[in-house]
Amino acid sequence: MKRIRWIFVCAATVITAFTLTVGIRPILALRPAESPAGGAAVKIDNFSFGPADVKIPAGTTVTWTNNDDVPHVVASDDKLFKSKALDTDDHFSFTFTKPGTYMYYCSIHPKMTAKVVVQ
Amino acid sequence: MADFIRDNINKDGIDRRGFLQCMAWAGTGALYTMHGGILKSLPLMQGAASGMNMAKMKGADFSFIQISDSHIGFSKEANPDVTATLQIAVDRINSAAARPDFLLHTGDISQLSKPSEFDTAEQVLKGVKAGNIFYVPGEHDVLTDDGQQYLDRFGRGTKGKGWYSFDHKGAHFIGLVNVVDLKAGGLGSLGSSQLEWLADDVKQLKSSTPIVVFAHIPLWAVYPEWGWGTDDSEQALGYLKRFGSVSVLNGHIHQIMQKVEGNVTFHTALSTAFPQPAPGTAPSPGPMKVPAGQLRSVLGISHVNFVQGQHSLAIVDSPLAQS
Repeated sequence: MKRIRWIFVCAATVITAFTLTVGIRPILALRPAESPAGGAAVKIDNFSFGPADVKIPAGTTVTWTNNDDVPHVVASDDKLFKSKALDTDDHFSFTFTKPGTYMYYCSIHPKMTAKVVVQ
Repeated sequence: MADFIRDNINKDGIDRRGFLQCMAWAGTGALYTMHGGILKSLPLMQGAASGMNMAKMKGADFSFIQISDSHIGFSKEANPDVTATLQIAVDRINSAAARPDFLLHTGDISQLSKPSEFDTAEQVLKGVKAGNIFYVPGEHDVLTDDGQQYLDRFGRGTKGKGWYSFDHKGAHFIGLVNVVDLKAGGLGSLGSSQLEWLADDVKQLKSSTPIVVFAHIPLWAVYPEWGWGTDDSEQALGYLKRFGSVSVLNGHIHQIMQKVEGNVTFHTALSTAFPQPAPGTAPSPGPMKVPAGQLRSVLGISHVNFVQGQHSLAIVDSPLAQS
Protein backbone atom coordinates (compact mmCIF):
# COMPACT_ATOMS: atom_id res chain seq x y z
CA MET A 1 0.00 0.00 0.00
CA LYS A 2 2.85 2.34 0.94
CA ARG A 3 4.50 1.56 -2.37
CA ILE A 4 1.33 2.36 -4.36
CA ARG A 5 0.90 5.65 -2.50
CA TRP A 6 4.53 6.54 -3.25
CA ILE A 7 4.00 5.87 -6.97
CA PHE A 8 0.86 8.00 -6.88
CA VAL A 9 2.76 10.91 -5.27
CA CYS A 10 5.53 10.58 -7.87
CA ALA A 11 3.05 10.56 -10.73
CA ALA A 12 1.24 13.61 -9.34
CA THR A 13 4.54 15.46 -9.00
CA VAL A 14 5.54 14.64 -12.56
CA ILE A 15 2.17 15.75 -13.92
CA THR A 16 2.29 19.00 -11.90
CA ALA A 17 5.83 19.71 -13.05
CA PHE A 18 4.87 18.98 -16.65
CA THR A 19 1.88 21.31 -16.45
CA LEU A 20 3.95 24.07 -14.87
CA THR A 21 6.80 23.93 -17.35
CA VAL A 22 4.99 23.10 -20.58
CA GLY A 23 1.65 24.75 -19.95
CA ILE A 24 2.97 28.32 -20.22
CA ARG A 25 4.96 29.65 -23.16
CA PRO A 26 7.37 31.31 -23.63
CA ILE A 27 9.16 29.76 -20.67
CA LEU A 28 12.18 31.29 -19.03
CA ALA A 29 14.70 29.35 -16.99
CA LEU A 30 13.74 26.00 -18.42
CA ARG A 31 16.46 23.43 -17.83
CA PRO A 32 17.52 21.38 -20.87
CA ALA A 33 16.71 18.18 -18.99
CA GLU A 34 13.11 19.37 -18.73
CA SER A 35 12.80 20.18 -22.43
CA PRO A 36 9.89 18.35 -24.01
CA ALA A 37 10.97 15.28 -25.94
CA GLY A 38 12.02 16.14 -29.48
CA GLY A 39 12.84 19.79 -28.64
CA ALA A 40 15.74 21.56 -30.32
CA ALA A 41 18.58 23.30 -28.51
CA VAL A 42 20.51 26.41 -29.58
CA LYS A 43 23.60 27.45 -27.65
CA ILE A 44 24.83 31.03 -27.43
CA ASP A 45 28.63 31.01 -27.36
CA ASN A 46 31.12 33.77 -28.16
CA PHE A 47 28.41 36.14 -29.42
CA SER A 48 26.93 33.62 -31.88
CA PHE A 49 23.96 31.24 -32.10
CA GLY A 50 24.81 27.59 -32.73
CA PRO A 51 23.52 26.01 -34.78
CA ALA A 52 22.64 29.18 -36.67
CA ASP A 53 20.24 27.32 -38.94
CA VAL A 54 17.77 24.97 -37.19
CA LYS A 55 15.26 22.85 -39.15
CA ILE A 56 12.34 21.49 -37.14
CA PRO A 57 8.84 20.06 -37.68
CA ALA A 58 5.89 22.26 -36.63
CA GLY A 59 5.09 21.99 -32.93
CA THR A 60 8.73 21.77 -31.86
CA THR A 61 10.02 23.78 -28.93
CA VAL A 62 13.40 25.44 -29.36
CA THR A 63 15.39 26.21 -26.21
CA TRP A 64 18.20 28.78 -26.27
CA THR A 65 20.91 28.68 -23.59
CA ASN A 66 23.33 31.55 -22.98
CA ASN A 67 26.86 30.32 -22.27
CA ASP A 68 28.48 33.76 -22.52
CA ASP A 69 29.64 36.01 -19.68
CA VAL A 70 27.43 38.77 -21.10
CA PRO A 71 23.65 38.90 -21.41
CA HIS A 72 21.89 38.33 -24.71
CA VAL A 73 18.31 38.81 -25.88
CA VAL A 74 16.73 36.40 -28.38
CA ALA A 75 14.30 38.32 -30.61
CA SER A 76 12.57 37.44 -33.87
CA ASP A 77 12.78 39.95 -36.71
CA ASP A 78 8.97 39.98 -37.03
CA LYS A 79 8.49 40.49 -33.24
CA LEU A 80 6.81 37.06 -32.87
CA PHE A 81 8.97 36.28 -29.85
CA LYS A 82 11.45 38.05 -27.61
CA SER A 83 13.20 36.73 -24.54
CA LYS A 84 14.05 38.68 -21.44
CA ALA A 85 17.75 39.48 -21.01
CA LEU A 86 19.37 36.06 -20.64
CA ASP A 87 22.24 36.13 -18.17
CA THR A 88 24.87 33.37 -18.11
CA ASP A 89 23.20 29.89 -18.13
CA ASP A 90 19.70 31.35 -18.52
CA HIS A 91 17.29 29.69 -20.97
CA PHE A 92 14.48 30.79 -23.22
CA SER A 93 12.03 28.52 -25.06
CA PHE A 94 9.54 29.09 -27.81
CA THR A 95 7.27 26.60 -29.57
CA PHE A 96 6.94 27.00 -33.33
CA THR A 97 3.46 25.93 -34.42
CA LYS A 98 3.34 27.19 -38.02
CA PRO A 99 5.66 26.28 -40.93
CA GLY A 100 7.89 29.07 -42.20
CA THR A 101 11.32 30.64 -41.88
CA TYR A 102 11.82 32.62 -38.70
CA MET A 103 14.78 35.02 -38.70
CA TYR A 104 15.98 36.14 -35.30
CA TYR A 105 18.83 38.10 -33.70
CA CYS A 106 20.17 39.36 -30.40
CA SER A 107 18.43 42.70 -29.88
CA ILE A 108 21.40 44.17 -27.97
CA HIS A 109 24.13 42.66 -30.20
CA PRO A 110 22.34 42.81 -33.56
CA LYS A 111 25.33 41.43 -35.46
CA MET A 112 24.25 38.08 -33.98
CA THR A 113 21.72 36.67 -36.44
CA ALA A 114 20.33 33.17 -37.08
CA LYS A 115 17.17 31.39 -38.22
CA VAL A 116 14.70 28.62 -37.45
CA VAL A 117 13.07 26.83 -40.38
CA VAL A 118 9.78 25.14 -39.47
CA GLN A 119 8.65 22.46 -41.94
CA MET B 1 49.79 39.51 -19.72
CA ALA B 2 51.00 36.58 -21.79
CA ASP B 3 47.71 34.87 -20.98
CA PHE B 4 45.71 36.96 -23.40
CA ILE B 5 48.15 38.18 -26.02
CA ARG B 6 47.55 36.46 -29.30
CA ASP B 7 49.31 36.60 -32.61
CA ASN B 8 47.81 38.27 -35.62
CA ILE B 9 45.81 35.22 -36.65
CA ASN B 10 42.92 37.18 -38.06
CA LYS B 11 45.06 39.27 -40.43
CA ASP B 12 43.48 42.39 -39.03
CA GLY B 13 46.64 44.40 -38.76
CA ILE B 14 46.88 44.14 -34.99
CA ASP B 15 50.02 42.20 -34.25
CA ARG B 16 51.53 41.20 -30.95
CA ARG B 17 53.67 44.32 -30.82
CA GLY B 18 50.77 46.61 -31.56
CA PHE B 19 48.70 44.96 -28.92
CA LEU B 20 51.49 45.30 -26.39
CA GLN B 21 51.73 48.99 -27.19
CA CYS B 22 48.00 49.33 -26.78
CA MET B 23 48.15 47.62 -23.41
CA ALA B 24 51.08 49.80 -22.37
CA TRP B 25 48.96 52.83 -23.13
CA ALA B 26 46.04 51.49 -21.19
CA GLY B 27 48.34 50.77 -18.30
CA THR B 28 50.10 54.11 -18.15
CA GLY B 29 47.52 56.61 -19.34
CA ALA B 30 47.81 58.87 -22.34
CA LEU B 31 47.54 62.59 -22.85
CA TYR B 32 45.66 63.84 -25.89
CA THR B 33 45.74 67.45 -26.97
CA MET B 34 43.91 68.91 -29.91
CA HIS B 35 45.02 72.09 -31.68
CA GLY B 36 42.87 73.23 -34.57
CA GLY B 37 41.73 69.71 -35.30
CA ILE B 38 45.16 68.15 -35.10
CA LEU B 39 45.38 65.63 -32.33
CA LYS B 40 48.68 65.04 -30.62
CA SER B 41 49.05 62.13 -28.29
CA LEU B 42 51.70 61.38 -25.78
CA PRO B 43 51.89 58.23 -23.69
CA LEU B 44 52.47 59.15 -20.09
CA MET B 45 54.71 57.51 -17.57
CA GLN B 46 52.71 56.65 -14.52
CA GLY B 47 54.61 59.00 -12.22
CA ALA B 48 54.60 61.89 -14.66
CA ALA B 49 50.88 61.71 -15.30
CA SER B 50 49.77 63.92 -12.45
CA GLY B 51 52.47 66.50 -13.12
CA MET B 52 51.62 66.85 -16.78
CA ASN B 53 47.97 66.91 -15.92
CA MET B 54 48.63 69.84 -13.62
CA ALA B 55 50.64 71.70 -16.26
CA LYS B 56 47.82 71.27 -18.72
CA MET B 57 45.26 72.34 -16.15
CA LYS B 58 46.88 75.76 -15.66
CA GLY B 59 45.62 77.03 -18.99
CA ALA B 60 42.32 75.18 -18.93
CA ASP B 61 38.98 76.96 -18.61
CA PHE B 62 37.40 73.94 -17.05
CA SER B 63 37.70 70.20 -16.86
CA PHE B 64 35.34 67.29 -16.66
CA ILE B 65 35.59 63.55 -16.15
CA GLN B 66 34.37 60.76 -18.40
CA ILE B 67 33.72 57.38 -16.82
CA SER B 68 32.13 54.45 -18.59
CA ASP B 69 30.94 50.87 -18.46
CA SER B 70 30.55 50.34 -14.70
CA HIS B 71 28.48 47.16 -15.31
CA ILE B 72 27.25 47.07 -11.71
CA GLY B 73 25.90 43.54 -11.17
CA PHE B 74 28.63 41.80 -13.19
CA SER B 75 30.35 39.22 -10.99
CA LYS B 76 32.21 36.88 -13.33
CA GLU B 77 35.89 36.00 -13.29
CA ALA B 78 36.99 39.09 -15.25
CA ASN B 79 36.08 41.19 -12.17
CA PRO B 80 34.13 39.68 -9.26
CA ASP B 81 33.73 43.10 -7.55
CA VAL B 82 32.79 45.84 -10.02
CA THR B 83 31.31 47.98 -7.22
CA ALA B 84 34.73 48.15 -5.59
CA THR B 85 36.44 49.27 -8.81
CA LEU B 86 33.75 51.92 -9.41
CA GLN B 87 34.40 53.14 -5.87
CA ILE B 88 38.14 53.34 -6.64
CA ALA B 89 37.30 55.40 -9.75
CA VAL B 90 35.28 57.78 -7.57
CA ASP B 91 38.15 57.99 -5.07
CA ARG B 92 40.58 58.83 -7.92
CA ILE B 93 38.29 61.62 -9.11
CA ASN B 94 37.95 63.00 -5.60
CA SER B 95 41.69 62.92 -4.93
CA ALA B 96 42.59 64.87 -8.09
CA ALA B 97 44.18 68.30 -7.56
CA ALA B 98 41.52 70.06 -9.62
CA ARG B 99 37.81 69.61 -9.05
CA PRO B 100 36.02 68.69 -12.31
CA ASP B 101 32.98 70.80 -13.26
CA PHE B 102 30.92 67.68 -13.94
CA LEU B 103 31.04 64.03 -14.85
CA LEU B 104 29.93 62.23 -18.00
CA HIS B 105 28.95 58.56 -17.73
CA THR B 106 28.89 57.02 -21.19
CA GLY B 107 26.66 54.08 -20.40
CA ASP B 108 26.43 50.48 -19.22
CA ILE B 109 25.92 51.73 -15.69
CA SER B 110 24.39 48.33 -14.88
CA GLN B 111 24.84 44.77 -16.12
CA LEU B 112 21.17 43.73 -16.37
CA SER B 113 19.11 46.92 -15.79
CA LYS B 114 18.11 45.61 -12.35
CA PRO B 115 16.79 48.19 -9.85
CA SER B 116 19.30 46.96 -7.26
CA GLU B 117 22.17 47.49 -9.72
CA PHE B 118 21.04 51.04 -10.51
CA ASP B 119 20.64 51.66 -6.75
CA THR B 120 24.22 50.57 -6.07
CA ALA B 121 25.60 52.66 -8.94
CA GLU B 122 23.72 55.74 -7.78
CA GLN B 123 24.89 55.19 -4.21
CA VAL B 124 28.58 54.97 -5.23
CA LEU B 125 28.39 57.87 -7.70
CA LYS B 126 26.72 60.05 -5.07
CA GLY B 127 30.18 60.28 -3.51
CA VAL B 128 31.74 62.03 -6.52
CA LYS B 129 32.92 65.52 -5.72
CA ALA B 130 31.80 67.08 -8.98
CA GLY B 131 28.77 69.03 -10.08
CA ASN B 132 26.19 67.21 -12.13
CA ILE B 133 26.54 63.73 -13.55
CA PHE B 134 25.34 63.51 -17.16
CA TYR B 135 24.42 60.07 -18.45
CA VAL B 136 23.71 58.32 -21.73
CA PRO B 137 22.46 54.72 -21.68
CA GLY B 138 24.37 51.63 -22.76
CA GLU B 139 22.56 48.58 -24.11
CA HIS B 140 22.82 47.00 -20.64
CA ASP B 141 20.76 49.86 -19.14
CA VAL B 142 17.71 49.47 -21.36
CA LEU B 143 17.05 45.73 -21.05
CA THR B 144 13.69 46.13 -19.33
CA ASP B 145 10.59 48.28 -19.92
CA ASP B 146 12.00 49.68 -23.16
CA GLY B 147 14.47 51.74 -21.12
CA GLN B 148 11.79 53.47 -19.01
CA GLN B 149 13.60 52.71 -15.76
CA TYR B 150 16.79 54.31 -17.12
CA LEU B 151 14.81 57.41 -18.15
CA ASP B 152 13.14 57.69 -14.74
CA ARG B 153 16.44 57.46 -12.89
CA PHE B 154 19.06 59.02 -15.16
CA GLY B 155 17.27 60.64 -18.08
CA ARG B 156 14.73 63.00 -16.54
CA GLY B 157 14.05 65.97 -18.80
CA THR B 158 15.68 64.37 -21.84
CA LYS B 159 14.16 63.89 -25.28
CA GLY B 160 13.01 60.61 -26.86
CA LYS B 161 14.93 57.66 -25.44
CA GLY B 162 17.27 59.91 -23.46
CA TRP B 163 19.08 62.31 -25.78
CA TYR B 164 19.72 65.95 -24.84
CA SER B 165 22.19 68.79 -25.05
CA PHE B 166 23.49 71.47 -22.72
CA ASP B 167 25.90 74.39 -22.81
CA HIS B 168 28.81 74.79 -20.46
CA LYS B 169 31.16 77.78 -20.47
CA GLY B 170 30.90 78.32 -24.20
CA ALA B 171 30.98 74.68 -25.29
CA HIS B 172 27.95 72.72 -26.52
CA PHE B 173 27.58 69.18 -25.15
CA ILE B 174 25.35 66.64 -26.91
CA GLY B 175 24.38 63.30 -25.32
CA LEU B 176 23.17 60.78 -27.91
CA VAL B 177 21.48 57.37 -27.56
CA ASN B 178 22.56 54.65 -30.00
CA VAL B 179 21.56 51.50 -28.10
CA VAL B 180 17.80 51.21 -28.71
CA ASP B 181 15.71 49.88 -31.61
CA LEU B 182 18.73 48.09 -33.09
CA LYS B 183 18.07 46.37 -36.40
CA ALA B 184 18.95 42.72 -37.07
CA GLY B 185 22.38 42.47 -38.65
CA GLY B 186 23.15 46.12 -37.91
CA LEU B 187 25.30 48.16 -35.55
CA GLY B 188 24.43 50.88 -33.05
CA SER B 189 21.64 53.14 -34.26
CA LEU B 190 20.57 56.74 -33.64
CA GLY B 191 17.32 56.63 -35.61
CA SER B 192 15.53 59.26 -37.64
CA SER B 193 13.79 61.17 -34.81
CA GLN B 194 17.06 61.66 -32.94
CA LEU B 195 18.86 62.74 -36.12
CA GLU B 196 16.12 65.29 -36.83
CA TRP B 197 16.46 66.59 -33.29
CA LEU B 198 20.25 66.84 -33.66
CA ALA B 199 20.03 68.79 -36.93
CA ASP B 200 17.68 71.23 -35.23
CA ASP B 201 19.70 71.39 -32.00
CA VAL B 202 22.89 72.63 -33.68
CA LYS B 203 21.21 74.83 -36.30
CA GLN B 204 21.47 78.08 -34.34
CA LEU B 205 25.01 77.56 -33.08
CA LYS B 206 27.96 79.53 -34.43
CA SER B 207 30.50 77.40 -36.30
CA SER B 208 33.12 78.49 -33.79
CA THR B 209 31.24 76.81 -30.93
CA PRO B 210 33.24 73.86 -29.61
CA ILE B 211 31.10 70.70 -29.76
CA VAL B 212 31.46 67.69 -27.49
CA VAL B 213 29.34 64.65 -28.42
CA PHE B 214 29.05 61.70 -26.06
CA ALA B 215 27.32 58.37 -26.67
CA HIS B 216 27.80 54.75 -25.59
CA ILE B 217 28.67 52.84 -28.78
CA PRO B 218 31.47 54.41 -30.84
CA LEU B 219 30.23 56.84 -33.51
CA TRP B 220 32.97 55.63 -35.86
CA ALA B 221 33.64 52.21 -37.33
CA VAL B 222 36.08 50.85 -34.74
CA TYR B 223 35.40 47.21 -35.66
CA PRO B 224 32.01 46.54 -37.28
CA GLU B 225 32.63 42.77 -37.20
CA TRP B 226 32.09 43.00 -33.43
CA GLY B 227 29.32 45.58 -33.71
CA TRP B 228 31.68 48.39 -32.69
CA GLY B 229 30.21 51.20 -34.74
CA THR B 230 26.95 53.06 -35.40
CA ASP B 231 24.98 52.62 -38.64
CA ASP B 232 23.84 56.22 -39.05
CA SER B 233 26.72 58.05 -37.37
CA GLU B 234 27.84 59.54 -40.71
CA GLN B 235 24.59 61.45 -40.95
CA ALA B 236 24.98 62.77 -37.41
CA LEU B 237 28.56 63.85 -38.05
CA GLY B 238 27.39 65.49 -41.29
CA TYR B 239 25.39 67.99 -39.21
CA LEU B 240 28.58 68.84 -37.30
CA LYS B 241 30.90 69.31 -40.30
CA ARG B 242 30.80 73.10 -40.25
CA PHE B 243 32.08 73.30 -36.69
CA GLY B 244 35.75 73.98 -36.11
CA SER B 245 36.14 71.70 -33.12
CA VAL B 246 34.17 68.50 -32.57
CA SER B 247 35.13 65.95 -29.93
CA VAL B 248 33.35 62.59 -29.76
CA LEU B 249 33.57 60.60 -26.52
CA ASN B 250 32.39 56.99 -26.41
CA GLY B 251 32.55 53.87 -24.23
CA HIS B 252 31.34 50.33 -24.96
CA ILE B 253 34.64 48.81 -26.08
CA HIS B 254 36.40 49.00 -22.68
CA GLN B 255 39.71 50.22 -24.10
CA ILE B 256 41.32 53.44 -25.29
CA MET B 257 41.10 54.16 -29.00
CA GLN B 258 41.40 57.44 -30.82
CA LYS B 259 41.08 58.76 -34.32
CA VAL B 260 41.11 62.16 -36.03
CA GLU B 261 39.04 62.93 -39.09
CA GLY B 262 39.13 66.55 -40.23
CA ASN B 263 38.01 68.65 -37.29
CA VAL B 264 36.55 65.67 -35.47
CA THR B 265 38.46 63.86 -32.74
CA PHE B 266 37.13 60.49 -31.58
CA HIS B 267 38.06 58.95 -28.26
CA THR B 268 36.89 55.87 -26.36
CA ALA B 269 37.31 55.45 -22.60
CA LEU B 270 38.35 52.58 -20.38
CA SER B 271 35.73 50.71 -18.36
CA THR B 272 35.64 50.81 -14.57
CA ALA B 273 34.60 47.12 -14.56
CA PHE B 274 36.58 44.86 -16.91
CA PRO B 275 38.71 45.11 -20.07
CA GLN B 276 37.69 43.79 -23.47
CA PRO B 277 40.08 42.42 -26.12
CA ALA B 278 41.57 44.54 -28.88
CA PRO B 279 39.64 44.12 -32.14
CA GLY B 280 40.08 40.68 -33.65
CA THR B 281 42.43 39.38 -30.98
CA ALA B 282 39.88 37.02 -29.42
CA PRO B 283 37.01 34.85 -30.68
CA SER B 284 34.49 37.43 -29.35
CA PRO B 285 34.41 40.82 -27.63
CA GLY B 286 33.44 39.26 -24.28
CA PRO B 287 35.06 40.26 -20.96
CA MET B 288 38.83 39.72 -20.98
CA LYS B 289 40.34 37.94 -18.02
CA VAL B 290 43.63 39.35 -16.79
CA PRO B 291 45.61 38.31 -13.70
CA ALA B 292 44.01 39.89 -10.62
CA GLY B 293 47.10 42.01 -9.96
CA GLN B 294 46.83 43.64 -13.39
CA LEU B 295 43.11 44.37 -13.42
CA ARG B 296 43.30 47.93 -12.10
CA SER B 297 45.89 48.86 -14.71
CA VAL B 298 43.40 48.15 -17.51
CA LEU B 299 40.47 49.99 -15.88
CA GLY B 300 40.31 53.74 -15.59
CA ILE B 301 38.79 57.16 -16.01
CA SER B 302 39.34 60.01 -18.48
CA HIS B 303 40.06 63.53 -17.30
CA VAL B 304 39.18 66.10 -19.96
CA ASN B 305 40.64 69.61 -19.85
CA PHE B 306 39.00 72.28 -21.93
CA VAL B 307 40.77 75.41 -23.15
CA GLN B 308 38.51 78.03 -24.68
CA GLY B 309 39.74 79.87 -27.75
CA GLN B 310 42.65 77.54 -28.42
CA HIS B 311 40.27 74.79 -29.49
CA SER B 312 42.31 72.63 -27.26
CA LEU B 313 40.86 69.58 -25.64
CA ALA B 314 43.25 67.47 -23.61
CA ILE B 315 42.20 64.04 -22.49
CA VAL B 316 44.21 62.23 -19.85
CA ASP B 317 43.29 58.56 -19.47
CA SER B 318 44.30 57.38 -16.02
CA PRO B 319 44.27 53.77 -14.87
CA LEU B 320 42.77 52.91 -11.50
CA ALA B 321 46.08 51.35 -10.45
CA GLN B 322 48.28 53.79 -8.57
CA SER B 323 52.00 54.06 -9.18
